[in-house]
Amino acid sequence: MDEAKRLVELIPRLRRYARALVGDRTTADDLVQDTLERAWAKLHLYRRGTDLRAWLFTVMHNVHVNRIRATRAVDPLEDDMPELAQPQRGPDTLLVRDLDRAIARLPADQRAVLLLVTLEEMSYEEVARTLGIPIGTVMSRLSRAREKLRAMMAGQPVVAKLKVVK
Amino acid sequence: MSDTPITEAELQAYADGRLPEGRREAIEAWLAARPDEAERIAAYRRLANEVRAAYDSLIAEPVPERLARAAAPRIPVRRIAAVVAWIVLGIAVGAPLGWQVRPERVVTQAVPDTTLFARRAAVAHATYSPEVRHPVEVGAEDEQHLVTWLSKRLGVKVKAPKLDEAGMGLVGGRLLPGENGPVALFMYQNQTGRRLTLYVRTEASKNRETAFRYARENNVGVFYWIDHEVGYALASADLNKDELLRLANLVYKQLEQ
Repeated sequence: MDEAKRLVELIPRLRRYARALVGDRTTADDLVQDTLERAWAKLHLYRRGTDLRAWLFTVMHNVHVNRIRATRAVDPLEDDMPELAQPQRGPDTLLVRDLDRAIARLPADQRAVLLLVTLEEMSYEEVARTLGIPIGTVMSRLSRAREKLRAMMAGQPVVAKLKVVK
Repeated sequence: MSDTPITEAELQAYADGRLPEGRREAIEAWLAARPDEAERIAAYRRLANEVRAAYDSLIAEPVPERLARAAAPRIPVRRIAAVVAWIVLGIAVGAPLGWQVRPERVVTQAVPDTTLFARRAAVAHATYSPEVRHPVEVGAEDEQHLVTWLSKRLGVKVKAPKLDEAGMGLVGGRLLPGENGPVALFMYQNQTGRRLTLYVRTEASKNRETAFRYARENNVGVFYWIDHEVGYALASADLNKDELLRLANLVYKQLEQ
């Protein structure tokens, strides 16, 4: 089975993505481990000859979503960015730390799209398939994620949509 | 310049350098007339590079042991069902399974006996070769006893081939249950700890002879053949096909004598 070999080869990429997605190393590696376990249990559903990487990232996405649900972690709301301290997001340099924090403050949906496009360099179609969303949604999430990231890195407050309160 | 309106999606694709040929000039001209937009898109490009640079060091990091273990195919008892289902599904030609996660489906199908043979040998290998403390029941230091015991239980003369010339030393052996009765499993290991198992079973039909056949189950390679009343399967997850074939020839030659 070549899948076993490919699976091992893909671990560093899974780790990189997981690290950017969830913040700290330990949680990231937990996510990768759960993903690999699940991938083995579900490998019979993988259709050979198709893109194993995309399949694996789909598995990871599902595991991630389930973990968030299970831990009832609160994701930042789309238009509302609470200033929460991020636990131990290993700082390398100041820029990396700022970037890491800014990414953590993106809404989870937008963060996943941004990272798959930027880190994994997946095509927009691959991202759509991996996350099970339409390509138009990929593009709009990408656009919003980038704009928020740019604003945060430029030190500007992120413009929140006005909420009409009556 | 094209009159087609420029969309936000196109600007994103431009930032990613993924714009289809022919649109780039139009976008560049459009951006040239709008310094604010040009700066915004340039910032996106810069950020993409910075994001990559921030996390790329993880790619070169050694994989932690626990992840390597999670990626390695394990076939302890609780996994056998899943693995078998997977293999059976792999055999079911044209089963229209998408790669998106879907409810599990189990397709059952009669599996030829020889396929089952290779699979059993692979499962036995995967089960016992990772063992550190109890890889075998009887160690190589009691080889004579081991061979006598296994021969008695299988009801045929069994021997443990000498593979020292290939750098493989006998670790020992054990008795396993099989379809046709007891099965003997010999384990070998080289200096770097790579392991090889020889699975020996008695055959129900005593007059069959086959050539070498090769199968791969999970990441375990298996060469197997049937020689009248005994079937042999040489399995390893640590050796490549060529190395395994060389050893299979060695085993075959010795057993002929």
